[in-house]
Amino acid sequence: MTAFAEPLVVAERRGPAGRLSDFFWKHPHLLLMIMLAPPLIWLGVVYLGSLFALLLQSFFSIDDFSGLINYEFTLSTYRQLLSETNLDIILRTVLMAATVTLASAVIAFPIAYYAARYAQGKWKVLFYLGVMLPLWSSYLVKIYAWKLILAKEGILTWFFEKLHLMWLLDAWLALPVVGGNSLSVSYTGTFIVFVYVWLPFMILPIQAALERVQGNLIEASSDLGGTPAQTFRYVLFPLALPGIVAGSIFTFSLTLGDYIIPQIVGSSRLFIGQAVYAQQGTAGNIPLAAAFTVVPIVIMGAYLFMAKRMGAFDAL
Amino acid sequence: MTTAVLFDNVSRHFGAVRAVDGVNLEIAEGEFFAMLGPSGSGKTTCLRLMAGFEQPTGGHIEIFGETAEGVPPYRRSVNTVFQDYALFPHLSILDNVAYGLMVKGVGREERRKAAEDALAMVKLPGYGTRRPGQLSGGQRQRVALARALVNKPKVLLLDEPLGALDLKLREQMQEELKSLQKSLGITFVFVTHDQGEALSMADRIAVFNDGRIQQLGRPEDVYKQPKTRFVADFVGSSNVLPQKLCQRLGLTAPFASLRPEAIAIAQPVDGALSLSGTVAAHSFLGAVNRVVVDVDGARVAVASPAALAVPALGSPVTISFAAHELHPMEDA
Repeated sequence: MTAFAEPLVVAERRGPAGRLSDFFWKHPHLLLMIMLAPPLIWLGVVYLGSLFALLLQSFFSIDDFSGLINYEFTLSTYRQLLSETNLDIILRTVLMAATVTLASAVIAFPIAYYAARYAQGKWKVLFYLGVMLPLWSSYLVKIYAWKLILAKEGILTWFFEKLHLMWLLDAWLALPVVGGNSLSVSYTGTFIVFVYVWLPFMILPIQAALERVQGNLIEASSDLGGTPAQTFRYVLFPLALPGIVAGSIFTFSLTLGDYIIPQIVGSSRLFIGQAVYAQQGTAGNIPLAAAFTVVPIVIMGAYLFMAKRMGAFDAL
Repeated sequence: MTTAVLFDNVSRHFGAVRAVDGVNLEIAEGEFFAMLGPSGSGKTTCLRLMAGFEQPTGGHIEIFGETAEGVPPYRRSVNTVFQDYALFPHLSILDNVAYGLMVKGVGREERRKAAEDALAMVKLPGYGTRRPGQLSGGQRQRVALARALVNKPKVLLLDEPLGALDLKLREQMQEELKSLQKSLGITFVFVTHDQGEALSMADRIAVFNDGRIQQLGRPEDVYKQPKTRFVADFVGSSNVLPQKLCQRLGLTAPFASLRPEAIAIAQPVDGALSLSGTVAAHSFLGAVNRVVVDVDGARVAVASPAALAVPALGSPVTISFAAHELHPMEDA
């Protein structure tokens, strides 16, 4: 027996690289720490630090006369934030974000459901391409393309004319608030472009959530007497809810912060993103700009808290 | 006797694949019926046809005299215990069990009471507030059973419900299922690939292969008198004697089956039949020794009581068995 004895570790594994991997094998947490340290430092110091510094700005105020920042703790900037004009901006943005999120979820669900339940092989590839492709082209190009589509002389108007449905479009544009001179200068236009641009961010999380729902749960519900509507209500929807909430975090917060889409497509009335842009750029009022950025953070925090309270993450 | 489930020449083809191919069967009310076969034999598809998850491409299905084709699963008074239980992960155990009653509009208090009774019946009282993820495999299995039985189905379908349990638990559940079925009087249709499970639990067994029923009968008959080579091989581990041995033993059939436990390593007595060969292999199986005897190139397994001495490898032996233990078979 001993005549054939080989050393425990084979020759190819005895070098310094082998000893190094032995060392990490014996100290698994060390390797984890080495891998995590750079991103944690980035996230903790650079990212959160700068965010914190920004938030701090909102507790300073600007000297109306000199335009210089007064580095004294004050809530006067927040008082300014809650003025009627600014509240108007906040309300407009939140309403837009909420409708965009709702519409995205309604449109995304069937697409995600098809992709998760039925699409296979090349159809699945086609789905991913279809969803991701718009993300590969420039955001600005897409928005300007939409401006042309929605313009009075645009293809959409032409389409309505050919279908003899101009009365419908005119009636819609005649409505207060959502209407306007043409779609490209109305809230409806802004809404359409927001939904178009953020839709992939809603589809993908819902699809991922539905992908994890075992097919036999749907069969089980049906077997126990659940009609398709009840199966959706009591099984499919609750299990997809974490995905819908994840998607809505994207669509909601992206809409809250965006300042390009409402500037190019829509009326001249401001959204939060535009207000921030204007305050820190033209007006040079960094404290007010910072206070404006606190709004989406607070809203998202409240939204997530409510979602958790309502059991949105129970299926995780 | 009322017929619970009737299959009249039922087929389910998926393109060129004949998952179920011309199956006829009649399951009586209150019967414990097992569908046994290897994976892909069509037994699970038959179960899904009864549940309504599949529609037949040919033939006719009746459940308690009513045509089942075109009736969706949620309108059938048939419930299923799924192979991997399919408990709703986002609902508590109580809500899982009460689900069937909830979707049918039974009041909150009434369904809570019914669900608690059902949980008590499967010996899980007080587990209602937990989540499926907090239960062991055996417990989840019981919850799945309670969730189906709380609806008082006319037929309970069980799709390999014990497959994921360990041996000890499986044996215990087999007994409990059997006694539950007896006390409730509900028709059970049980799909399994485990022949021991089918033999020990079922009133009747249908042995499936390639989408067809190979044999349908009481467990003893299927076990002792397999009709085809497939059944002989799949149900237990019968020896299939080839034609030349059949001729030597005076049979006209092309094949014959012979159970290992029906053979003794001894000289024949009282007109018993015998063959001689050499010992090719043996292994210790606990209660018995499995001795493989080579008879002119055909290998015959013998279950020899462990108390008896095992002949040495290569030594010549005579094996004997009563003539009635030899069952002629068709070739299939």
